[in-house]
Amino acid sequence: MKLDNSLPLEYKTEQGRLNILGFWIFLGAEVMLFATLFATYFILAPRTASGPTGAEIFEITPVLIETILLLTSSFTIGLGVHAMRLGRKNAMMTFFGITLLLGLAFLGVEIYEFTHYVNIGAGLQVSAFTGILMTTLGTHGAHVTLGLFWGLFIILQVKKYGLTPKTANKAFIFSLYWHFLDVVWIFIFSFVYLKGMM
Amino acid sequence: MTYFDRFAIPHPSPAIYASMVAIGLTVIAILFGLTYFKKWGYLWREWLTTVDHKRIGIMYLIAALLMLFRGGVDAIMLRAQTAVPDNTLLDAQHYNEVFTTHGVVMIIFMAMPFIYALMNFIVPLQIGARDVAFPRLNALSFWLFFMGAMLFNISFVVGGSPDAGWTSYFPLAGNDFSTSVGTNYYLLSIQIAGIGTLISGINFMTTIFKMRVPSMTLMKMPMFTWTALITNAIVVFAFPVLTVVLLLGTMDRLFGTHIFTMTNGGMDMLWANLFWVWGHPEVYILILPAFGIYSEIVSTFSRRNLYGYKSMVASIVIISFLSFLVWAHHFFTMGQGALANSIFSITTMAIAIPTGIKIFNWLLTMRKGRIEFTVPMLYTIGFIPIFTIGGVTGVMLGMASADYQYHNTMFLVAHFHYTIIPGVVFAMLAGLTYWWPKMFGYMLSEKIGKWAFWFIAIGFNVTFFPMFFTGLDGQARRMYTYSEATGYGPLNLLSFAGAIVLMAGVAILVYNIYYSTRYAPRNIGSDPWNARTLEWATQSPVQSYNFARTPHVESTEAFWDHKKKGKPLFKGKIEKIHMPNNSGMPFIMSSIFFVWGFSFVFSMWIPAIITTIAIFACMAHRSFEKDDGYYIPVEEIEATEKDSEVLTDETR
Ligand code: HEM
Ligand SMILES: [Cu+2]
Repeated sequence: MKLDNSLPLEYKTEQGRLNILGFWIFLGAEVMLFATLFATYFILAPRTASGPTGAEIFEITPVLIETILLLTSSFTIGLGVHAMRLGRKNAMMTFFGITLLLGLAFLGVEIYEFTHYVNIGAGLQVSAFTGILMTTLGTHGAHVTLGLFWGLFIILQVKKYGLTPKTANKAFIFSLYWHFLDVVWIFIFSFVYLKGMM
Repeated sequence: MTYFDRFAIPHPSPAIYASMVAIGLTVIAILFGLTYFKKWGYLWREWLTTVDHKRIGIMYLIAALLMLFRGGVDAIMLRAQTAVPDNTLLDAQHYNEVFTTHGVVMIIFMAMPFIYALMNFIVPLQIGARDVAFPRLNALSFWLFFMGAMLFNISFVVGGSPDAGWTSYFPLAGNDFSTSVGTNYYLLSIQIAGIGTLISGINFMTTIFKMRVPSMTLMKMPMFTWTALITNAIVVFAFPVLTVVLLLGTMDRLFGTHIFTMTNGGMDMLWANLFWVWGHPEVYILILPAFGIYSEIVSTFSRRNLYGYKSMVASIVIISFLSFLVWAHHFFTMGQGALANSIFSITTMAIAIPTGIKIFNWLLTMRKGRIEFTVPMLYTIGFIPIFTIGGVTGVMLGMASADYQYHNTMFLVAHFHYTIIPGVVFAMLAGLTYWWPKMFGYMLSEKIGKWAFWFIAIGFNVTFFPMFFTGLDGQARRMYTYSEATGYGPLNLLSFAGAIVLMAGVAILVYNIYYSTRYAPRNIGSDPWNARTLEWATQSPVQSYNFARTPHVESTEAFWDHKKKGKPLFKGKIEKIHMPNNSGMPFIMSSIFFVWGFSFVFSMWIPAIITTIAIFACMAHRSFEKDDGYYIPVEEIEATEKDSEVLTDETR
């Protein structure tokens, strides 16, 4: 395999570069996916029928916790990639591990949030608003869940094979994915929760 | 027993029972044949597990032709039912199901795979690449599409077909008005196929951006590759919208949300909007590759380079952009107000400008050219006037105030068939005939091909031209019958006669494939049309590794330059070539997707959960798999190249 040594590890192979470009294009598609969900959400948010409005059900505490957890995890995965570039395998694995734990905690709070909504009578089937709210949040949550497994597999592979162009490439792509989920969350936080609470 | 009731067909008829028997017998025959001729191993090794873009292209092609047959049978049933007033061949429900499956099959399961068949086969060759960027994902795309298509196609014998039109508008498609599982089939099968298409979009964009031979700058790409690039860009941006809209529809139907319902705050028009935000770009996904194919053919058979290459590129880029801004023209009459209607009216008509530029470029390419009336060229020349009628009537429909007269009439049906049939079907048949020798190493008979062309072209016009008149006269679309007093009878009968001729044309085409496979000469060389672009610089049929040495490109017509101006095409010496390994995973994973979709259609949650986990297990398996492909050694390449007549610089 030809290696281009002027580039960081994850870009060294031809296939590695293809993977990264392909993944960026995939993220473009993901942007469209979430944009469609957001557009639908904005249209349906006022249509609460006889159910509760956003202002009535949103609570700032769990949402803030979720935000802090996810933002921190984006930071730690950045540190992980940095460690990877320095060739420090253990540090990289630790940071990826912390990232996943934070992600897991995020997911825990989100599940709590969902059960809370259902308990106070804002379940999936109540109104157009609750339906699209849970679908939008759920799509993001499903992405996080998938990310947890994916990240775990990558840690295991780095552990097994070390930092090779291949594992580094996978880890880097995973970090792009994770940052992207964070960006989506910022939108959710600002335009679903904050705007909804106002 | 109540559990099994769900699989019953809501409106059974003898025809459906007959189809069940026919499907059963065909499956048994295939299984028996494979076993008897001991072909299982061959099928698995060479096809089901292949990651070669050329073989995947051929599989897309076979699937597309099968679906053309299925959609064609539906079409004949529709025209037969409306051939005479007050006909009772099909009842209203059955007619609803048939026009729905006709539309879906033709657009999603015929036109799309046809396009991807040609893109798969040709694009990597035109850019001098070894394969696509992600060969295994490419196989996954195909199998997801295929399993989606199969899921859709079993609907009419298990549980009932969708019946709310290919646009599946809510609330009609919601639980209240569509009580069978038909619409579930629609939502899930298109979802599965759509994910496959999205993956293809990413794959081809990456391929075209990154895998061109180093000397091929963007503005030296052949026209078909350009259209493929832009088409896939539209796919990447439009298909996620479809993913979401299908997801939301599924939520409504299976999980009781109120997104598109009439009650609890739901908004039915949201479906129409979201659907067409994907749907209109989709029609350009269908038409742009066709433009690319015609561009290749026009310049090859006029023996001239393409007129106005740059304006061609510019116009496809503009078309792709505008295609996202016109969606509301599909429901001018649904009350979104004069301002919105006016804006969408203007954007709609604006698309006619870049499209017109392309038409003039083709005409100017032919001017002063030495035109050869081969079969691909006949389709191209036929396309121009027919498509222009489609475009002009499109502009008529695009005038919002006038659309109140045309909307939902046969006039609309005539319009979009006048764009889609010359735009997609003619182009695909032209492309198929043109590239057939590259794919299979022999040519289709020109003589039989011309017969097929004339039957298809005349049959098409006889079928659809009368609809402009009945439509203006007020005949509504999607109505299963009409009374004698309306006076629509004679023109509809004429239309039915045209459909028969069209069908006969397709039969001649199939016969041509059979005849040529048996009798066509095989020693035709690798460049039978005297063509211009890189794909013709390979052997026919193409070697698994495509090019032994990286070609060198100086213009959009590298191969022509090489032949006429003696520009060297292949420099350097042969090196070992890296190739991807075959894999059964795409096929297995897609099969699980089939069961997954089926479980959702019938709300069978336990298999749905199991298959969901299984799908993720497949992805995990892929993540841990160690597979670096293999190398073809230099000696082997030299051996295969030696007895080929591929042009080497030494021999020219
Ligand atoms: C200048 C070009 C075009 C214009 C101005 C145009 C305009 C329109 C308009 C205004 C409608 C909706 C009419 C109504 O519902 O009353 C329509 C429908 C349609 N068009 Fe076009 N169109 C153009 C090209 C195309 C092309 C190239 C294709 C496909 C390859 C296409 C496929 C369709 C289809 C499938 C429908 C029917 C959708 C349905 O079932 O409601 N059109 N077109
Ligand atoms: Cu449109």
